[in-house]
Amino acid sequence: MSRQQTQRLAVIAITAVAVLVFVPVLAVILYLIISGIGAINWEFLTAMPSNGMKEGGIMPAILGTLILTFGTAIVSMPVSILAAIYLAEYAKDNRLTRTIRMAIVNLAGIPSIVYGLFGLGAFVLAAQFGTSILAGALTLGIMTMPVVISTAEEAINAVPQQFRTVSQSLGATKWQTIRHQVLPHALPGILTGMILGLSRAAGETAPILFTVAAFYVPTLPSSIFDQTMALPYHLYVISTQVPGMPLSIQYGTALVLLMITLTLTLLATGVRTSVRRRRDW
Amino acid sequence: MTTAQTPPPSAPSRRPGEIAIEALIVLAGASTVIIVALIFIFLLREGINTFLDIPLRQLFGERWYPIEGYYGLLPLLVGTALVTVGAVIIAVPLGIVAAIYLGEIAPTWLREILKPLIEILAGIPSIVLGFLGWVALAPIIQNLGAPTGLTAFTGSLLLAYMSLPTIISISEDALYAVPKEYRDGSLAIGATQWQTIWRVVLPAARSGLVIAVMLGIGRVIGETMAVLLVTGNAANIPAFGPGMFFSPVRTMTATIAAEMGEVAQGSLHYNVLFGIGLILFLITFTVNWLAARLVGVNGARRSRGGLL
Repeated sequence: MSRQQTQRLAVIAITAVAVLVFVPVLAVILYLIISGIGAINWEFLTAMPSNGMKEGGIMPAILGTLILTFGTAIVSMPVSILAAIYLAEYAKDNRLTRTIRMAIVNLAGIPSIVYGLFGLGAFVLAAQFGTSILAGALTLGIMTMPVVISTAEEAINAVPQQFRTVSQSLGATKWQTIRHQVLPHALPGILTGMILGLSRAAGETAPILFTVAAFYVPTLPSSIFDQTMALPYHLYVISTQVPGMPLSIQYGTALVLLMITLTLTLLATGVRTSVRRRRDW
Repeated sequence: MTTAQTPPPSAPSRRPGEIAIEALIVLAGASTVIIVALIFIFLLREGINTFLDIPLRQLFGERWYPIEGYYGLLPLLVGTALVTVGAVIIAVPLGIVAAIYLGEIAPTWLREILKPLIEILAGIPSIVLGFLGWVALAPIIQNLGAPTGLTAFTGSLLLAYMSLPTIISISEDALYAVPKEYRDGSLAIGATQWQTIWRVVLPAARSGLVIAVMLGIGRVIGETMAVLLVTGNAANIPAFGPGMFFSPVRTMTATIAAEMGEVAQGSLHYNVLFGIGLILFLITFTVNWLAARLVGVNGARRSRGGLL
């Protein structure tokens, strides 16, 4: 076989593998949309479940996921952004900094079910928050920290050094420079990281299994110490634990969950792309 | 990145508010270390009895039957290993070749479409993939002739696609980092594009590709919900041979997820589930530590950046 034939064959083989990777992804999303769209209507999105969850809507699960995602943001964002500022602006090349970076890499690798165990041991039991929105939001918040810190630090580092030099040469202190020059320019990048982190949190099941999720609650939560239903756990429950569950409700629930996380993912990539296009430095 | 500079001689003096906020910033940085330590401490506190109360011979025995007091972890370790090995065999070639396609072959317009598709794949919740595996993929596998559709292979297939975003994005970074001069030099002396990729680009990107594989493995070992739904959850050790991939198995993660809801707090069973969590924590810690040692902690962190 000549070199040119090998070349042609290699390109064909590589392209074939790429098809094998990307086509199933598209197929899965289309399949879920086609199978689930029929179940989705106004009642499905806004009504309480009825008749052992086999009828009615999934409103409490949707609401629970939105509350948890909001709580995750409150827990995770301030500390993650401050940590990113530390790494980008203050950290010296010393042992503490290396330890922090190692810790972030490790946090990113810890399995989500282990976060669930930690949340159970630390927040539900030791801190006595019980199975509650608070315990769940703390667990999910800690889980999202690595991705938010990484993207925020990258965004801060992308702000040109001259901006800082000019600001400080005009007499601004280091913090004033960060607050008024660096952060405004890094904000869209930080936002991207936040939304990505939240989209992961919204779809997670394992960390909320033992910290917040309820099989079925007849009323909506009224405080952060209440349990709540949540979409990922609800999908797990209705697809494995409830016999005779209509398939259409299962597909519909999966589709609603996918739409929430995909909207957040696309929002994040959208923010990033539009910022890259507009960037004028 | 370090941006610490010596302040100019007339550096403005800081106000008390600034000193407070800068203290908070240092504290936030250090909080990451504190959290890792706390996670370890809590896993150890609740899980240590596993290793103290159960004789090692029994702990690594072949029977997982907690109701009668059998806590042999071997079936769970084998289950996790089978699912992981299967997923890696599928995902590594697919992921690296897809990265080659994106980086070296695909036209720009197609790349702009495919890269967001990878982020979309990364954004699909594992429970949604698990659900689809359960209702749609498992029946297909069963029709292929397996006695049941809920097997280690079903889990491997799902986990392979779930780890692809990690493997593809890190591999692509590694390929992108190979200097253009290498390719130009190779093409200039008459090598074809394929020869250049195979003999020049891939060897130069080797260490990055190794990281991609390792972090992909880390992702696979820790996955819970998808394997809980599709691997059949049978805590037994399949007979050795190719058929073992098509037997139902149960992984460590799925065991924690399935049983934690039913155990009494503080019971030995409860301790053992935390003990399994501790083992998982140590495995992923080691994988990440090794990956960081190989490329330096910055490389490992950067390459995980937007995709986790």
